[in-house]
Amino acid sequence: MISYQIETKNLNVYYHKNHVLKNIDIKIPAKQLTAVIGPSGCGKTTLLKSFNRLLEIQEESKIEGQILVDGENILDRKGSEVPDIRKKMGLLSQKPYPLPMSIRDNVAYGLRIHSNKNKGEIEKTVEHCLKEVGLWNEVKGRLHDSASRLSVGQQQRLCLARAIAVQPEVVLCDEPTSALDPLAAQQIEKLLLRLKKEYTVILVTHTLRQAKRVADYIIFLYFGMVIEQGPADEFFNAPKNPETKAYLSGEIS
Amino acid sequence: MNKRIIEENIFKILMIASVCIVLGSLMVIFGLVIVNGISSLTIQMITQTPALAPPGSPPGGGILNAIVGSLLLALPATGLASLIGIGIALFLQADFLHPALSNAIRFMLDVLWGIPSIIYGIFCLMIMIYIGMSSSLIVGIIALTMLEIPIITRCMDESIKMVPIGLREGSYSLGSTKFETAIRVVRRQAFPGILAGILLGLGRGIGDAASILFTAGFSNRIPTSIFDSTAALPTMIYNLYSTPLGQSKAFAAAFLLLIIVLVVSVLSRLLTRRFKKHIIK
Repeated sequence: MISYQIETKNLNVYYHKNHVLKNIDIKIPAKQLTAVIGPSGCGKTTLLKSFNRLLEIQEESKIEGQILVDGENILDRKGSEVPDIRKKMGLLSQKPYPLPMSIRDNVAYGLRIHSNKNKGEIEKTVEHCLKEVGLWNEVKGRLHDSASRLSVGQQQRLCLARAIAVQPEVVLCDEPTSALDPLAAQQIEKLLLRLKKEYTVILVTHTLRQAKRVADYIIFLYFGMVIEQGPADEFFNAPKNPETKAYLSGEIS
Repeated sequence: MNKRIIEENIFKILMIASVCIVLGSLMVIFGLVIVNGISSLTIQMITQTPALAPPGSPPGGGILNAIVGSLLLALPATGLASLIGIGIALFLQADFLHPALSNAIRFMLDVLWGIPSIIYGIFCLMIMIYIGMSSSLIVGIIALTMLEIPIITRCMDESIKMVPIGLREGSYSLGSTKFETAIRVVRRQAFPGILAGILLGLGRGIGDAASILFTAGFSNRIPTSIFDSTAALPTMIYNLYSTPLGQSKAFAAAFLLLIIVLVVSVLSRLLTRRFKKHIIK
């Protein structure tokens, strides 16, 4: 029996007057890697951003329906409770945006906000998180250096480290490898595979091969609608929907 | 020769010419001020207040009162304008208002930026007379504050606007509130721009004569209270230049003003570099 971490019921999202997501009913299994795939502009990022309610910082977006996280509708949460929802959902964006502070402070930032750990404990957690993402050996001598001086691949891993530092339940990844070189991308993929043991990982990707490599569960979006969802091997080996077949064979993209 | 290469060369020459004109006029201004003021540029100039001189000789004493006056006017005005400016800028950025309304406010600030400073001077003069005050340090500060607010606000507004949305999203996604994001992330990223705006305001304020001409008035003494009228470097230059035989002293005062502005710019450059260390590009 699989337990589901996130479930949406009749989710509809509008930007200005565009109906971006249409009647989305999906279930995302806990502690697995779910890939959201589909062509550009089909609403993948919008779906991700509605999970951590980042959608609403953009003007003129409207969101209807239910998003149940651990059985609770997060769309019911009001203003001051929103940061708590976001804390549960780490985010890895397409282009890494380290915070304008030192490498160490990037990871310590979330810790300082959410816990009253003392200096020593913070140092320890920082070290632990940086080790988790395989960055510790590369940066241990220059923790006080600016994060902007790291390479893009290192920045992306730093963003992952700062995300897991606040102990989220879910890690949302919005095409986290598309700005990276192949080697750095591979590192991130490996990390995601390791992270899924502890976290529910949702990976938005537009490369089918990446989804094939890493995903346990697939959600296929097309023009804002869920065409098919299911376990990865079923999805790739025995797609039910003709559009899925067309997408997998490269007829539509 | 190929038409495209000619085109390229023409624009190259045009650009070099513009740079030469700008740098050249700057050199001429500096040269003129130094050459004309060098004879009066003594240590007395910055250590003494104006003194009576026998008829037929140049004005005596120094311009310490104007140097002090300029700093006493421009520094508090810049401080006040920065406080008000950061408030307006954050308000504009926080999306409390309909975008059309905030853009209207931005447009008005841009218009205010372009208004000649004498208008601010006259406006404050009218209010000053209406409430029965006389020209004084405090009214001068208010006039300069009003002059600087649009400049500082728009610079802050623009530099906050330049903070990438991804950076805010990154901070929000760690569960921080709007306030934490504004203070710990956006402020850091926008700080060099904010500082540049403040210094631009200071530069404008310290060099402006028209707005303080009536509001701060003129005095040969260093002000001892905010209700005293005071001289400032620009008004001192005007005053000296219109005094017989005072021209070279006026140039010396102008030279001091240039030095002050130069020191402020260099300091700001150094400060900005320090704060730029962690900026995300």
